[in-house]
Amino acid sequence: MRHLLSINDLSQSEAVAILDTASELARVSDAPMKKLPTLRGRTIVNLFAEDSTRTRISFEAAAKRLSADVINFSAKGSSVSKGESLKDTAQTLQAMGADAVIIRHQASGAAHRLATSHWMSGTVINAGDGTHEHPSQALLDAYTLRKHLINGAKNLQGIHVAIVGDILHSRVARSNVLLLSKLGAKVTLVAPPTLLPVGVNSWPASVSYDLDEVMPEIDAIMMLRVQSERMQEHYFPNAREYARYFGLNTDRVKRMKKNSIIMHPGPMNRGLEITADVADSARSVIVEQVSNGVSVRMAILYTLLTGEGIESGALA
Amino acid sequence: MSVALASADIARAITRISHEILERNGGSDNLTLLGIPTRGAHLALRIASIIQSIEAREVSVGTLDITLHRDDLQLRPPRALMPTKIPPAGIEGKDVVLIDDVFFSGRTIRAALDALGEIGRPRTVQLAVLIDRGHRELPIRADYVGKNLPTSLEQSVRVHLSEIDGTDEVLIGKLGEL
Repeated sequence: MRHLLSINDLSQSEAVAILDTASELARVSDAPMKKLPTLRGRTIVNLFAEDSTRTRISFEAAAKRLSADVINFSAKGSSVSKGESLKDTAQTLQAMGADAVIIRHQASGAAHRLATSHWMSGTVINAGDGTHEHPSQALLDAYTLRKHLINGAKNLQGIHVAIVGDILHSRVARSNVLLLSKLGAKVTLVAPPTLLPVGVNSWPASVSYDLDEVMPEIDAIMMLRVQSERMQEHYFPNAREYARYFGLNTDRVKRMKKNSIIMHPGPMNRGLEITADVADSARSVIVEQVSNGVSVRMAILYTLLTGEGIESGALA
Repeated sequence: MSVALASADIARAITRISHEILERNGGSDNLTLLGIPTRGAHLALRIASIIQSIEAREVSVGTLDITLHRDDLQLRPPRALMPTKIPPAGIEGKDVVLIDDVFFSGRTIRAALDALGEIGRPRTVQLAVLIDRGHRELPIRADYVGKNLPTSLEQSVRVHLSEIDGTDEVLIGKLGEL
């Protein structure tokens, strides 16, 4: 494995290996000395053409804890805002000797283009491309689910997860459906019909339009952000109606199973898809998802960037 | 392929090493045993139980995974990480005995010293190995050796322990044969 572009790049055992590696690396985050020499001398570029708080900072923290050098590169304040193409940007990064590029881009398929174009030779990690995929988020969600709901087992066999909200625009939902089903979990998508993508019946997940019906059956609920910036049309009558039918509030949480958890990839629209008191409640693991994200991204970098010498040797 | 140490030989070597560790450190008061996974960790548990039966008190024992400190990470496929379990008392000011199965280039132990340095500052660090097969690439030596096994670089040495492999034996054979 050289790139991480989609969850489809991972076999079940590779995905489990990343989660296992992440749980060993999590102890580094608890140690007083949060640094390992593992990626010393490697250069990792954070190429973020789209805004991000969690993912960028999390990858940066992960790379720094493994002693890699991190260059942050965002569209604003770089030549991308002058109209420089992805190709020219990639060739610049190649010329600077980047060993890995972590790319967030508004165009679906941008990471794939970068990885297969021969514009640069480094490892490419997809940190979210358009409405396509966000594999590292799915891995950290699976890690969080495994930590809370599974006792000692490696996969997610037997747990039921609902993914609720703007499935249409959500790369997080796509990656999570693929990964969670790969790991044996049952996934139910809950959304108004307008926010479900065409062809959703071919996904390894079931679909429901009624959140109240799903609430008592699930072990975890993953709320998605309503991505207003990607909505050029009206997908629901108004925010109040959306919140009433598809928002998570205290009444709905009361109907959940006893040990179930509440997740959100962030950033949250408090009051729209999730109320503030639910987001801050004891069941919510939203803040923990962020810290798990660092361990999981360390595991991704460790897996992709060690042993690289052999593979590039084979290519040469 | 031949058997260099049989089960009884391994048991005697481990017993002798346990006594030597106690002799040199004047008891087990300040001792912390850290095995390097996978087989070193099991050897550490065996040595700990022998020391406990001699001294009639608990000795602190743990494991130290050194994978993230290896200097050949670029050269080999990614390795699975093993658990690191440091005893609750920590290693600060302790006499730490690192325990591994085969002592070869010395690079594992260099990595272990780096890993230890990130956890704390032991009073002393000692090294116990079941097999010393020579061919050091670094100025590192062992304090306790089960058996010195002269080998050539065309040979490989493999330790089998009953906890993992079902039997206790040390095998020596041609490279790629084991």
